[in-house]
Amino acid sequence: MSILIDKDTRLIVQGITGRDGGFHASKMKTYGTNVVGGTSPGKAGEFVEDIPVFNSVKEAVKETGANTSIIFVPAPFAKDAMMEAADAGIQLIVCITEGIPTLDVIQAYHFIKSKGANLIGPNCPGLISPKKSLVGIMPSMIFKQGSTGVISRSGTLTYEVVYNLTDNGMGQSTAIGVGGDPVVGLYYKELLEMFENDPETDSIVLIGEIGGDAEELAAEYIKNHITKPVVAFIAGQQAPPGKQMGHAGAIISSGTGTAAEKIAAFEAVGIPVAKEPSHIPLLLKELI
Amino acid sequence: MKIHEYQAKELFANYGIQVDQSVLCRSVDDAVKAYSQLDSQKVIVKAQVHSGGRGKVGGVKLANDEIELRKHASNILGMNIKGYTVDRILVGQAINISKEYYVSYVIDRNSKSTILMLSKEGGMEIEEVARISPEKIHKFVIDPSIGVPDYLAREAAFKLFDDLNLVRQAATIFQKLYKLFVDTDASLAEINPLVLTQEGNIIAIDAKMTFDDNALYRHPKIAVLNEPTEEEKREQNAKSKGFSYVHLGGEIGCMVNGAGLAMTTMDMTKLYGGNPANFLDIGGSSNPTKVIEAMKLLLSDKNVQVVLINIFGGITRCDDVAHGLLEAFKQIKTEIPIVIRLAGTNEKEGRALLEGSCFHVAETMGEATKKAVDLTYNYQD
Repeated sequence: MSILIDKDTRLIVQGITGRDGGFHASKMKTYGTNVVGGTSPGKAGEFVEDIPVFNSVKEAVKETGANTSIIFVPAPFAKDAMMEAADAGIQLIVCITEGIPTLDVIQAYHFIKSKGANLIGPNCPGLISPKKSLVGIMPSMIFKQGSTGVISRSGTLTYEVVYNLTDNGMGQSTAIGVGGDPVVGLYYKELLEMFENDPETDSIVLIGEIGGDAEELAAEYIKNHITKPVVAFIAGQQAPPGKQMGHAGAIISSGTGTAAEKIAAFEAVGIPVAKEPSHIPLLLKELI
Repeated sequence: MKIHEYQAKELFANYGIQVDQSVLCRSVDDAVKAYSQLDSQKVIVKAQVHSGGRGKVGGVKLANDEIELRKHASNILGMNIKGYTVDRILVGQAINISKEYYVSYVIDRNSKSTILMLSKEGGMEIEEVARISPEKIHKFVIDPSIGVPDYLAREAAFKLFDDLNLVRQAATIFQKLYKLFVDTDASLAEINPLVLTQEGNIIAIDAKMTFDDNALYRHPKIAVLNEPTEEEKREQNAKSKGFSYVHLGGEIGCMVNGAGLAMTTMDMTKLYGGNPANFLDIGGSSNPTKVIEAMKLLLSDKNVQVVLINIFGGITRCDDVAHGLLEAFKQIKTEIPIVIRLAGTNEKEGRALLEGSCFHVAETMGEATKKAVDLTYNYQD
């Protein structure tokens, strides 16, 4: 097992004829992901590295039986792309695009939900179930198959943490970057639940950052519903209030959303919080 | 992006939300002229700055006559409010207030929706109400596919008013404010306070709006209202080069790829006893031109005594990153010590390339941070 993606994942790449879409389609295919097609309006019949291109997601689904989509289209068109995927019956939509207006994401999110599908992102690095499937832009070589689930709001910080885990012999069942925007799809609660129910996952690493109160809610949820060991890390202790720290969602507003509050929330329910990324594997080993 | 109260009130008025009559003034003479135009003996003088809490620091004053108006206008103009110098004031008719309310639309991360927030505790900061008596705040989650239909606006208005005539007035305001919020891609539209006048009208006597930076491309009329501070200008300049930059004021300049890792680098600098000068995310690739631009930005901060470069090589391999850094530093002349930490794909090859260079090379984040902190103190000695 693993969560959300595995050997049964049949992936299409929306925006496959773009620079990033094409580059990562090829990377994902090389990794072993079953990339069955791509879309780019007006380019049906073309191929990107042997991957057939379709005019629409509906066509791609009909021809290939795709169940998962990854989106690389530019921000102004991303809302439409997300909704197109959901309308075509795609079950898992992963949106990599950065800089999408928040109200667009809200609209797309609610539409996707009404279709019974799931969204990951936007503004995220995607996800990976090592040795099974990569649906994202993560550097696959640092990952190792194993039993730690990783949930993160960040990109390179996730790689840093995973690198430390792998280095300590702790592989991953699935690692997910949920995205750095204020509004994104699947989040801590849903993913924690999936990891709790996944027999292949025996521990969880949660990488949070400043902004919002999702970490506080996650701490509460873990206390009540998660039996597997969890270690947390929070980025942004030195962030000044009112400033956006790279991610649109990483902003301390009106004194809430601080790292100190989040760390306190985890510690209050007995979840260890690592002071630096390299301490995460050590804390995890103490719990397993 | 923030705008001023007077600009927000103009938007409100365009959407049919009644606001108090007011005139924007840039000088005491302007204010006196405005006073003669306003059909009111008593007027309110308000500083126009991109900051809340104006009233607490004397940025909002009631004037009963022209002499008081002159006094307040000249005191407030030029005043410094939380780092902003007041160059504009709004002179408006004083309203006979019967009761004050709070109304806003904001983005709620947890319900992944716009929400309408209301309270009978108007006039005070909503964070304060949330802290003291959260039960006095009413929230309505808006379904983006239907917006704010009549029944929902009415249900919300009944939280504030009992009189049906007032409920209808308020409900219309809620619908108009939502339309404005959506039409302009706002991230906040706040009326605090919305007042019931002694004459029985409901009007907005303050207006606050902020907008989604990611959506400004489709709102050129809003975008031109942007008034960045010197610091924001530096941040925007960095953004135009593909960086995210925030000035912090310490001695250790940080250059990192990725926002989360950049925040962690700052945190660890502090943890090891140093002070980060900045947050700087240079994004995905690390081509020489980008590194040169980033170094220029760091070195323009005269407090910087050491530069700490922390790059996680993912798709861009560490040996490529090392080549890029060596290339870039052929063109940068600086006495400042540089600590480089490379990790990820081909890290050993990357570090090997940097051996024998002028850089201080580190393997782990802990080692790199410690080196940077030590070098800061040596530099100071």
